[in-house]
Amino acid sequence: MADAPVLEVTDARVSYGGIAAVKGVSLSVNAGEIVTLIGANGAGKTSTLKSIVGLVPLKTGSVKIFGQDIKGKQTHEIVAGGVALVPEGRAIFGNLTVRENLQLGGFLRRDPAHQKRALERCVQLFPRLGERLSQEGGTLSGGEQQMLAIARAIMAEPKLLLLDEPSLGLAPKIVQEVFAAIAEIAASGITILLVEQNTRLALKTANRAYVLVTGEIVLSGDCQALQRDPRIRAAYLGEDVHA
Amino acid sequence: MSQFLQQVINGLSLGSIYALIALGYTMVYGILKLINFAHSEVFMVGAYTGFYTAGALGIEGMEQRGAAFPLYLALVVLMVAMGASALLGVLIERLAYRPVRSAPRLTPLITAIGVSLLLQNLGMLVFTPNPRRYPPIIKEVRFELGGVIVTNVKLTIFVVTLALMLGLWYLVQRTWTGRAMRAVSVNLDAAKLMGIDTGRTISATFAIGSALAAAGGILFGLDQITINPLMGTLTGLKAFVAAVLGGIGNIPGAVVGGLLIGLAEQLVAGYVSPDYRDAITFVILIVILILRPEGILGVVRQEKV
Repeated sequence: MADAPVLEVTDARVSYGGIAAVKGVSLSVNAGEIVTLIGANGAGKTSTLKSIVGLVPLKTGSVKIFGQDIKGKQTHEIVAGGVALVPEGRAIFGNLTVRENLQLGGFLRRDPAHQKRALERCVQLFPRLGERLSQEGGTLSGGEQQMLAIARAIMAEPKLLLLDEPSLGLAPKIVQEVFAAIAEIAASGITILLVEQNTRLALKTANRAYVLVTGEIVLSGDCQALQRDPRIRAAYLGEDVHA
Repeated sequence: MSQFLQQVINGLSLGSIYALIALGYTMVYGILKLINFAHSEVFMVGAYTGFYTAGALGIEGMEQRGAAFPLYLALVVLMVAMGASALLGVLIERLAYRPVRSAPRLTPLITAIGVSLLLQNLGMLVFTPNPRRYPPIIKEVRFELGGVIVTNVKLTIFVVTLALMLGLWYLVQRTWTGRAMRAVSVNLDAAKLMGIDTGRTISATFAIGSALAAAGGILFGLDQITINPLMGTLTGLKAFVAAVLGGIGNIPGAVVGGLLIGLAEQLVAGYVSPDYRDAITFVILIVILILRPEGILGVVRQEKV
């Protein structure tokens, strides 16, 4: 299965108490790619990500990671297969120190040698975290918390990184810093699925994109092509297009 | 003065026992936001396991011969009771709480009350409702220090409690199990994303809290001389108040709360009237709920968005 995509979602459906949030999403992410899933608030982006790691159950459809169906697996087992999710809202362990947050990110790789190496790499990627290792996570600024959430996710050296709205609520300068780090992580060989509301930024960062509208993929393709697509420019980039 | 010191020593030893039980309430609450009412029966079963283990090790014969129960056997009794209660705690969680994990919060709470009643009645059936004299696992020796009477039993209570608390501190702060427990108590889904098997972590929490309650049960038997199947109701309730007083979910808070409740109870018994020794706990509960509902060491956390 050397050529199987890193992630393959087929006709995924998720609903909450009878209300459908994801209505048959299919997408795939190949090794080394940055793929973005864009769409408005409530389009089903977060639900799609959560279903990939088993935090919400799939009603129908399938998710395959490295060709392996996740059906029946619990979140910690899926994560052990080399996946990490940086959740929306960061979900930092607020009363644990930055160092403890990072250590927990490497919960599956507990040998001291790995922990030390991975921690050094995180600090290199986000020098600000290095200055705050013994501070409680909850005392960090929003931007620093986002950096911590990303650093924590790569502590176990995942092969596939899922990012849920990493730009949410951050100042433009911090957003740049965070996205530079994401590019660096991608360059190190980690495959990325990026969920974003900031369409311009997402299309600039990723190779391919899927556009999600009320739970369905309505458009997909190469990011450069999508940036020129009049529908995208009108609906997501805020441009006045006279087609 | 010596009378005051006497009450303080008695209060602290009683408070140590409350603290050991309160830790189980607070740890489970911290992780599941569940008040485990069956915890008071885990305490009771711990005391009885100690009772029967000491019997099986031949404590009666030794007593008749006037021989003291050897210290290493006392440790065996402690370990067996802690192990049995840990197993019971894990079983309660697996069989009673896990199936209703995703139900509304009232459901597990009522389940907990049901398990508590079930175990009380099973206790009366299996152990009989008659109070039992607790075997002298530690043979009492009294000595006087500046007008204050201290017994080796009280000293044992302090030493065992302190040792268990240091062990717990190390476990929670310095081990991977402890880190996982703290992560689960902050955010269950985020803990899963770290690759933590949250089911196992929850089991570990029940095991540890229940083992501490069993130690409390044995110390309670040594201190109070008799045990009965309903011993958990009032003592467990007081320990629960201790956890609330310290700040439920907060581990040092449970210790502080336990010691304060024990002290208050003894001081009221000594200086006001023994009739009010149980009432004072609930007066404290009412006052704390009005003045500082988050408890002494509890904090109202605000999440950054």
